[in-house]
Amino acid sequence: MTTMTPYRPQVEPGGDGFAQLLHAEWTKFRTVRGWLITLLVAVLVMVGIGLLSAAGTSSGCQQVGGSGPARSGAGCMPTFPLGPGGEPVTDSFYVVHQPLTGDGSITVRVTSLTGQLPPANGPQGPGPVPGDTVPGLMPWSKAGVIIKENLNQGSPYAALMVTGSHGVRMQWNYTGDTPGLAGTVKAGDPRWLRLTRSGDMITGYDSADGTHWTQVGSVTLSGLASTVQAGMFGASPDFTNVTQNFGGGTSQNGGGPTQATAVFDHVTLSGGSPVGQWAGRYVGADNGSGIGSFHQNGGRFTVTGSGDIAPIAEGHGGPADSAQTIHDYLLGTFAALIALVVVAAMFMTAEYRRNLIRVTLAASPRRGRVLAAKAIVIGAVSFVAGLVGAAAAVAIGTAVTHHRGYWEFPVSGSAEARVIIGTAALAAVTAVLALAIGAMVRRSAAAVAIVIVTIVLPYFMAVAAVVPLGVADWLLRITPAAGFAVQGAYPQYAQVTAIYSAMSGYYPLSFLAGLAVLCAWTAAALAGATYLLRRRDA
Amino acid sequence: MSSVLAARVPARRAPVRVTLHPTLHAEWTKLRTLASTWWLLLAAVALTIAVGATVGAAFQCHPSACAPAQTGADPAKISFSGVYLGQVVVALAAVLAVGGEYGTGMIRLTLTAVPRRLMVLAAKAAVVAGWALAVGVLAVLGSALVGRLILPGRGLSAVNGYVVPSLTNGPDMRAAFGSVLYLVLIALLALGVTMAVRDSGVAIGVVLGLLYLFPIVATVIPDHVLARHLDQIAPMTVGLYIQATTGLRSLPLTPWQGLGVLALWACGALILGAAVLRFRDA
Repeated sequence: MTTMTPYRPQVEPGGDGFAQLLHAEWTKFRTVRGWLITLLVAVLVMVGIGLLSAAGTSSGCQQVGGSGPARSGAGCMPTFPLGPGGEPVTDSFYVVHQPLTGDGSITVRVTSLTGQLPPANGPQGPGPVPGDTVPGLMPWSKAGVIIKENLNQGSPYAALMVTGSHGVRMQWNYTGDTPGLAGTVKAGDPRWLRLTRSGDMITGYDSADGTHWTQVGSVTLSGLASTVQAGMFGASPDFTNVTQNFGGGTSQNGGGPTQATAVFDHVTLSGGSPVGQWAGRYVGADNGSGIGSFHQNGGRFTVTGSGDIAPIAEGHGGPADSAQTIHDYLLGTFAALIALVVVAAMFMTAEYRRNLIRVTLAASPRRGRVLAAKAIVIGAVSFVAGLVGAAAAVAIGTAVTHHRGYWEFPVSGSAEARVIIGTAALAAVTAVLALAIGAMVRRSAAAVAIVIVTIVLPYFMAVAAVVPLGVADWLLRITPAAGFAVQGAYPQYAQVTAIYSAMSGYYPLSFLAGLAVLCAWTAAALAGATYLLRRRDA
Repeated sequence: MSSVLAARVPARRAPVRVTLHPTLHAEWTKLRTLASTWWLLLAAVALTIAVGATVGAAFQCHPSACAPAQTGADPAKISFSGVYLGQVVVALAAVLAVGGEYGTGMIRLTLTAVPRRLMVLAAKAAVVAGWALAVGVLAVLGSALVGRLILPGRGLSAVNGYVVPSLTNGPDMRAAFGSVLYLVLIALLALGVTMAVRDSGVAIGVVLGLLYLFPIVATVIPDHVLARHLDQIAPMTVGLYIQATTGLRSLPLTPWQGLGVLALWACGALILGAAVLRFRDA
């Protein structure tokens, strides 16, 4: 009787840890030459399209005219005033002012706000003709009190104002905006406004009766000079009538300067310096066709002004239309995504086509871990490709734009970094989504088509204005294409009327919200893929 | 007994010259017996009509500003906007018709049965084109009907100066007929590309990239001359000029010229596919 010893393989058992699995998947990926070439193509296409957009500009320069800011010398560089935060701003308005030294305050009562608009939808001449206008206000026509460091464009300020249809607002340093009393100024329903300076702090109060005051806001303008200008101002942004066309582009018909007229009384200026004479001036008059005047009758001031004190929305400020943006440089992202989607889907479906999946699952029977390893490899590879492509596209685009003397819409360094890293994340998550869909449908063509239809097609339909603006916004909110929100570099301003659409680089969702929508879709697809991979025969 | 068997087996079979008709029949059988063919047909028709209906229903204009000059809207374009999505399904079906054969190795059997390779391509193209034609007719008729029901209620009515979509006036007729032809040409383009790259995943990526690349690039190019040239060669952009019934003068090409450019793209892809099929091992 002999004892049977069970067979024991002489080979040391190989590790089946997650690290080995990752290494195996990485080896599978890197040894397919076609996939590496496609990755390279993705990066090159991204850079190439960005370069095309930077180098393709040639006629943007000449078409700007009219009320835009002046240009410096020979180049195409418009000289925009920059706000304290470095953002380009509009700072053109009429002000009745006098100096205020040290702490003090200015109080007024506004009894009316009226205005003039260009005739709606009529044929427009080169400029407004007197008598050719109709009464009316823009929603952001504004008049009120202001404390401003000096009368140079772009200098720090804080202002408290009545507006066309947004009630009383306190605004400061162009981007700041906070609401006060609601409702419009009417006869018998005036608004009292008060700005108080104490050191660097400026506080605004409003009141309907001059007795009961409410604080609207308090802001710190750090480093404010000891002598500032205080006074009453009027401004009204240009009227634009923009239609978005089906099948591409917006067209602007009609439009032109508007003006707002406000009547002030009970004007009180108190402070360290003796009260002097009021003087009227159009701030930014050298740079445009500013309309403004004031008329004093005893204690009653009638101030008329055009223009605006506000940040400029990208693509909506005359010369800003022709400015290069970081969004333009990254336009090739969608093409790179198509290439990455093909590679990522095939990374999964090729296993089925070649029956390699049986070997893979025999070597690593825990199927969920196989999918996780594949997702990590393809996600990491796509992140790197997206990062390299985006960084190169932005760097090259910026260099070409500067070299050719064109103007680039300023973007802060942190926003630039955020957009580049966000684009890399977009590439990584999209690739994982394609992998998961590939694991579910097992056919590369179907997987690629599904991912392109859900990510690239909605983006295309929104950017090329195939669908109306409302539909485009919803597409970019609920489909995986919401992930493109990572490329929104410029803030949307509630106090600036503009078409904030994907065409001009504004997305309906924020950076994180957009990425979260895409991640949610991807997580759902991964969950479905894990379930099906476990349940079905390979 | 043995004589009966002998009678059944011809001693010497005359060489069969494979003609187009049986090849067509074989290709049609291959396409017909795939369940995916009919699911994709259903999906293409349903998605085209659904997108057209959604875009139409989402159209808004202020009652005082609904004139054609103010909205820039083209009722025919809105009705047939579903083609943007429907074409993806049509392209996918065309890609699968060829890619499936390469994926399973069936192509070798096909070419053994029909050694004249270009005839295989011709038969495949004819069958796929016929399928796309069926999709196009159903989808376009459905879209036209839905557009006619929805658009007048959204401000695109005769009162506001629009031509209510109907298949009896010339431009609408052209838009509808042209949209059908557009889908057929997209199918042929996809077929040619797949013959050339021989992998369905890569092929669908290339086809969709080709379709979407040009228009997105054109939107960012501020140089109007260059952008106009791009619009003259972009397969999707030029092909869909056929849907325009308003603002024809501002188009860089006439609608039929546009469809002609797309036909050139499809021809080019088919020629490339034919060359690869003819000169490379399957």
